[in-house]
Amino acid sequence: MPIATFLLQRLAGLVGVLLGMSLLIFGIIHILPGNVAYAILGEFATPAAVAQLEAKLGLKDPLPLQYWHWLDGMLHGDFGQSIVMNRPAVELIGDALGRSALLAGFSFLLVAGGGIALGLHAATHRGRASDRILGLAQFALLAIPEFFWAIVVVLLFASVLNLLPATGYAPMSEGLANWAAHLVLPVIVLSVGLVAHVSRLTRSSMIEVLDSRYVLAARARGYAERRVLWRHALPNALMPAITVLAIDAGLLIGGIVVVETVFAYPGLGRLLVFAIERHDLPLLQVGMMVVTAIYALANFAAEILYAVLNPRIRVTGSTA
Amino acid sequence: MTVQALPRFRLPSTLLLGGTLLAFIVIAAIVGIWVTPYDPTVFAVRIRLQPPSLLHPFGTDEFGRDVLSRVLAGAHLSLATGFGAMAISLAVGVPLGLIAAFHKGAVQEVIMRSVDLLIALPPVLLGLLVLAVTPPGLFKTIAAVGLVYVPILVRLTRAVALGLLEEDFVQAARARGEGALPILWHEILPNTWPPIIVECGLRVTFAILLGSALSFLGLGPQPPASEWGLMIAEGRDFLTQAPWVCLAPGLCLCVLLVSVNLVGEGLRERLDPHLSGRGHA
Repeated sequence: MPIATFLLQRLAGLVGVLLGMSLLIFGIIHILPGNVAYAILGEFATPAAVAQLEAKLGLKDPLPLQYWHWLDGMLHGDFGQSIVMNRPAVELIGDALGRSALLAGFSFLLVAGGGIALGLHAATHRGRASDRILGLAQFALLAIPEFFWAIVVVLLFASVLNLLPATGYAPMSEGLANWAAHLVLPVIVLSVGLVAHVSRLTRSSMIEVLDSRYVLAARARGYAERRVLWRHALPNALMPAITVLAIDAGLLIGGIVVVETVFAYPGLGRLLVFAIERHDLPLLQVGMMVVTAIYALANFAAEILYAVLNPRIRVTGSTA
Repeated sequence: MTVQALPRFRLPSTLLLGGTLLAFIVIAAIVGIWVTPYDPTVFAVRIRLQPPSLLHPFGTDEFGRDVLSRVLAGAHLSLATGFGAMAISLAVGVPLGLIAAFHKGAVQEVIMRSVDLLIALPPVLLGLLVLAVTPPGLFKTIAAVGLVYVPILVRLTRAVALGLLEEDFVQAARARGEGALPILWHEILPNTWPPIIVECGLRVTFAILLGSALSFLGLGPQPPASEWGLMIAEGRDFLTQAPWVCLAPGLCLCVLLVSVNLVGEGLRERLDPHLSGRGHA
């Protein structure tokens, strides 16, 4: 299959997933029991107020029509209004998204770089002390929930050592050091578990590759160990790591919701939790859509990268 | 890696260690539903935020409640979330996976496309979405977490069953003229369990994690329940003054997760044909 066909096919899949997702999100929010207007106004609202709000939100229209208005609006750049904040949802989400992207970006770099490096180290030092210590640490780190990590880290660095701010966010205009200091703890908490995950996987796939016959053949030909590692073994060993990094993008998104809540960090995750707590359904709907779209794009990128690195995928057309 | 086949009669040490720990926690959790040193919900403001002592080994919280009693009384909630969610995804995922493997065509398309869609939602979000619109509670958390792992089990079951359908013993059953249901029941199902059990063993850890994270966000059991995630969320306000209110349930949660993880890894060592003897697979 030529690469263009492959790309088109995956792109069609992406559009399909996004459409399906919009239906799912809209469906769950609107079909599950619970009157939206009462949820917003509280259970003691007068019927007149409820009717007025329902008319304003277009809740009297049939559901398919409401769905169409929502979808059509999004395609034209109209993402609706936040009811509680009384501001366009797109502004709120845009601001929050930028700050979340900071957290996610730094964490992802740390996870990809640190995870792969530690995994490689463990694989090439198999059975030695550093490998054993890493193995134990990975096992322990995978079993510690993010919110508990966050609390231990805050207790240590903010309360006991008084080194870093415990919560919040400072814009860059308030000084670079201040800005960075607010990012350190959330990024560490967000990355730790995923670094363990990626390094563990890199270690096992690297070991499998190092034990394979083609690596033995390369060594038998007398190539330098460095060349065997980097040119022959690493590219194949990284295949599973790329898939896992895409899966981890999902865990990262989930982690962001928790970490932003703990650190009172004004990002997208906290905005979603806010929208849930205050029953701001239009905001929730769009926020969910944005997050799932990002996740879908991350998966799409991983598939493409995988196909570029591994031509066999393009031929069979499946990543299974 | 040179993995030697373990002697069949010996349990892997991880399974033994994890199993012992887990059994201890399960017993403590069951006893803790009825019997705790103090009443886990009664306020005693005069002894609020007391550090750990002989009378209160884990200290007391902001209402003077004994933290040890609360941890014990809440233990069954985390266990119920993890194992309950797994049971739900098994009950829904395995049949759907088998159906998708057996009925090629429209049925399979509908099932597998729905699975693709659910998998495309990040796990916490799927939970958030379900819990956002309905009032939270223990059973909704369990259902939401269970729903997250349904698509994974559908895919796994289908893949295993599709492989088995090609095997000689299934072909032989077909040649004998057996119907779809007997083949499914007698030939396929018994052989799908090992990989499914391995997957579930490893997933329970994530299910407990996800459930406690949702509770931490306030989308699980509601106060005065003492779910560990919820306890950590409540204790955050007094972190500097009284760190034990957070640390006690947090450490218990970690021990639970480690023990479940050890059991999962142990099951994998025992059941995964790729690990025990290379030529077997």
